[in-house]
Parts: sequence; C-alpha cells; structure tokens
Amino acid sequence: MSRSLRGKSAIVGAALATPGPRPGWSAQEILADAVGNVLDQTGLTLKDVDGLFVGSAFHYTPTLSMAEYLGLRPRFSDSNMVGGSSFVGHLLTAAMALQSGQCDVALICYGSNQATAGGRLHSMAEPQPYEAPYAPRYPVSSYAFAAQRHMHTYGTTRTQLAHVATAARAWAASNPEAQERCPLSIDDVLNARMISDPLSKLDCCLVTDGGGAVIMVRADRANDFPEPPVYLLGAAGAHWHRQISAMPDLTVTAASESGPRAFAMAGFGPQDIDVVQLYDAFTINTLLLLEDLGFCPKGEGGPFVASGAIAPGGDLPVNTNGGGLSCCHPGMYGIFLIIEAVRQLRGAAPGQQIRGAETALVHGNGGVLSSQITAILGNEQTL
Amino acid sequence: MTDEPGRDKVSGPDEEFSTSLTEGKFRIQQCNSCSAHCFPPRTLCPVCSSRDLEWRDASGIGWLHAFTIVRRSIEKGGDYNVVLVDLKEGPRMMSRVDGVALEDLKIGMALQAHVAQEADGDKVIFRPGESE
Ligand SMILES: [Zn+2]
Repeated sequence: MSRSLRGKSAIVGAALATPGPRPGWSAQEILADAVGNVLDQTGLTLKDVDGLFVGSAFHYTPTLSMAEYLGLRPRFSDSNMVGGSSFVGHLLTAAMALQSGQCDVALICYGSNQATAGGRLHSMAEPQPYEAPYAPRYPVSSYAFAAQRHMHTYGTTRTQLAHVATAARAWAASNPEAQERCPLSIDDVLNARMISDPLSKLDCCLVTDGGGAVIMVRADRANDFPEPPVYLLGAAGAHWHRQISAMPDLTVTAASESGPRAFAMAGFGPQDIDVVQLYDAFTINTLLLLEDLGFCPKGEGGPFVASGAIAPGGDLPVNTNGGGLSCCHPGMYGIFLIIEAVRQLRGAAPGQQIRGAETALVHGNGGVLSSQITAILGNEQTL
Repeated sequence: MTDEPGRDKVSGPDEEFSTSLTEGKFRIQQCNSCSAHCFPPRTLCPVCSSRDLEWRDASGIGWLHAFTIVRRSIEKGGDYNVVLVDLKEGPRMMSRVDGVALEDLKIGMALQAHVAQEADGDKVIFRPGESE
C-alpha cells in the first residue's frame, strides 16, 4: 500500500449550512450557504478556490452548475457520483489533485432541500429494468434484504438493530444541531410502522434539508488558517455492485476491502481510532460497517451494539452528532461524516466532545451498500 | 431496411431478453468459453470477458435467498413481497413469489419460475416449487 498521500493534505475548513428546515431555499442556495460559512472559517475567498468537488442528486453536471453559480473557474473539478459516499471519495481525489499540483485549494461541497422540496429521496437514478417490475421500495427494501440475511446467518435480532437507532438518538440529544433529539426507546423502534420488513420507520434515516462544505490544502500550508488542521492519513474506496440483486454476499460490504486499504495507508488499525463516523442510512448499515471495518468480528455486530459500545459512555464513540438516523440526512450524508469528524478532532464538536480525540475514521456508503469509501483523519499529533 | 455495414442485424441482449418474455420464455445467457451463466443479460462475460454468450432456456428452478414485505395501504393494494432468488444456474435475481401467504415465505424454500403477462409488462415471477 502506497503511503505517499499520508499526512500530505489537510482539512483547514469544515462547516455546515444553517441546520434545520430551509423552506424557500433551493439546493444550490443551501450549498452556497455552507460555502460561505467555510470561507468565513478559513479566511479564504472564492478567488482562492481552484479545485471543486461536488456531489449532488439535483444537478446533472454538479461541478459545472456550482462553479458557475459560485463564480469559480476551477483548474480541476470532479463530481464522481457514488451516491452518499461521494464526498469521502472526494477527499482522496482532492488529495491526489493537491499533491500533483492540479489545484491548490480544494473545495468539497453539498447542498439539498430534499425535505422542504417534497420530503422524498431526490434521485436522478436511471430505471432498473430487472428490479423495477417488482416494485421494491427504493432504497429501503435493498437494505431490508441485507438485514434479513444478517438475521438469518448470524441470529441478529430487530432489538439489536434498534440499539443502533437508540444510540444515535442518545448522541443527538446533546447536539443542538441535530434534528431529532427527543428520547427514543427500543420499543419505539420495534413498534414503529413497518416500511419494508424487517426495517421499520425508525430503522431508517431522517429526511432533512442540509448542506456542508470542506476545504483542503497541501500540508505545508496547514497552519496558515485560524482553525487547527486535520490531516488525511489514509483513504480508499471499493465497490462490487450497483443493485442489491448483484451484491455478492448481502452480509459483507466492500468496506471489508476499503477499510484495510485505508488503514494500511494510515499505518493504523481499528484499535487506534478514537472516534468513528459511519454512514447510517439504515440501522443495518452500522452493524455491517462495524464488522467490515474490523471494530468487531463478522456476525457479532448485533451483540456489540446491544452492549452499549457505540452509545454515549461506550468504548467506541460512533456517530457522535446523532448520524443520519437522528442528526440530519438530506439524501447524501457523506459530507456530514467528514464535518463531524473534523470538529471532534479540533475539540469543537457541537454536541458531546470526545476528550482527547486524535484519530477519526469516516466511512461513506453509497447506493445500496454499493460504494464503500473509508478515510482516516488525524490531528497534528498523528503525523 | 437496407443492409448497411455496421448495422446490427440482431438486437442487444436486453431487448433479446424482453422479446423472449413476450413469447412466454425465460432465458438466460451462458458463456461458451467458461460456461458461466449471467443475469442480467450482458454483452461481455463478466467472468472471462468473452463475447460468446448464448441464450439458453432457464431451468426456472431457484431457491429463496431473501425476502421483504413492502408495507402498503389496503387502498393501494395492500402488502406485497419482493424477493431475491438464487437460480439453479448460479445468478441471483429480484422477483416476486406468488401462491404463498406472506407469513409462509421462508429463506431456502424451493421456487419455480413463471413468465407473467401483467398490466405493467411481462416479468419472471416465482411460485413454490418441488424441493429437490
Ligand atoms: Zn465466460
């Protein structure tokens, strides 16, 4: 594994758009709000940005639309579309572009008005002729298949899955930016309306508005900005399928490949990670990703989460902002994973701060357990 | 139509498949180089890269790999199943199982394919089959 990118790029800005519902705001306006916030944080201006990375379900050519809207003339741009994992992938592409001199200031950004614009998952996905005739509810039915296979193979229970939702809510409770903060019990999750068995409404992520933006530069400039830098120590992606019917084993994601490669670049293992941000579109995601990334053995995700390990006070802080299940989920959550990890490593989390956190793992999921991208971040001490 | 060079005389695999369905036939491709079956239809064998894929009548034999009950209001037609089926030939496909109560669906149960002509198009569905 090449370690040539380890610690060579740093995130020097990470900011949300104003959290909460944004009636009357378009997706690109919310994105630009986040960009304004990250520029304020770094002291940079739009003139300084020469690398642009956008993931969007709202724009056919996201970097073209957003560069025009923001008045940018990027030297390098990329909108590799791998669903909600896109932004974690952009960290890797941006680091490569920065190191090869293709750009000097990389802006990664996202905005969505999904909730106020109709309350449904906004998608530009093409028709799927070999699945659509059977009317699966997209994407929840795909995740339901994975959950059922995990239950069948490993004896995982709905109660264990519910622990993922209650842990997320417990973290959200102390985060004023989280959109669902009222107490949630295991019974609430079990008794919620079934959507696609075995997943109930409370096994599913929120549908919200939201936006975020991240700025990355080469490490030699990392200390030229007001906030402490957060370094990219490792990153890797893998994907093995698009549609759920083509997933080789419904209980093993490509995170089992991306994780070890990202860890190898960073020179760390799961035991070295202080705080974890996993893309929890559905409760089953957290279980599968904990296993595939090596935080617990395959098949033991259920007992692991039921032990309280990932909840506040547990040994492994996971989704400390409340995650997609309780903080926000505007359709593509990847950028929010990065932003929460950066805030934790700066010691500036909006909710519960993990004391002394030096390393973070960020893991994006895209499609239907399809794209898996892992990034390892660390503060100055980890270089 | 004139016989222009470069103009394909047969359809692509997707259209071949749907034409078969309109004739009531469920066919899948088999690679003549490595003998792997592939579904959905392909132009290149994903196992060995060969273009030499040949249509075969599917056995229609399969086993229920996973299922979900999609919850829907009574007014809109009520709950229904969506399933993943492991075909005897190897590939896995999405489908629906008819002729069995939702609560009687079981992972591993034997299934048999049928081509159903439905209002929204022809499709492969399954019914409980002979266990082997
Ligand atoms: Zn072949």
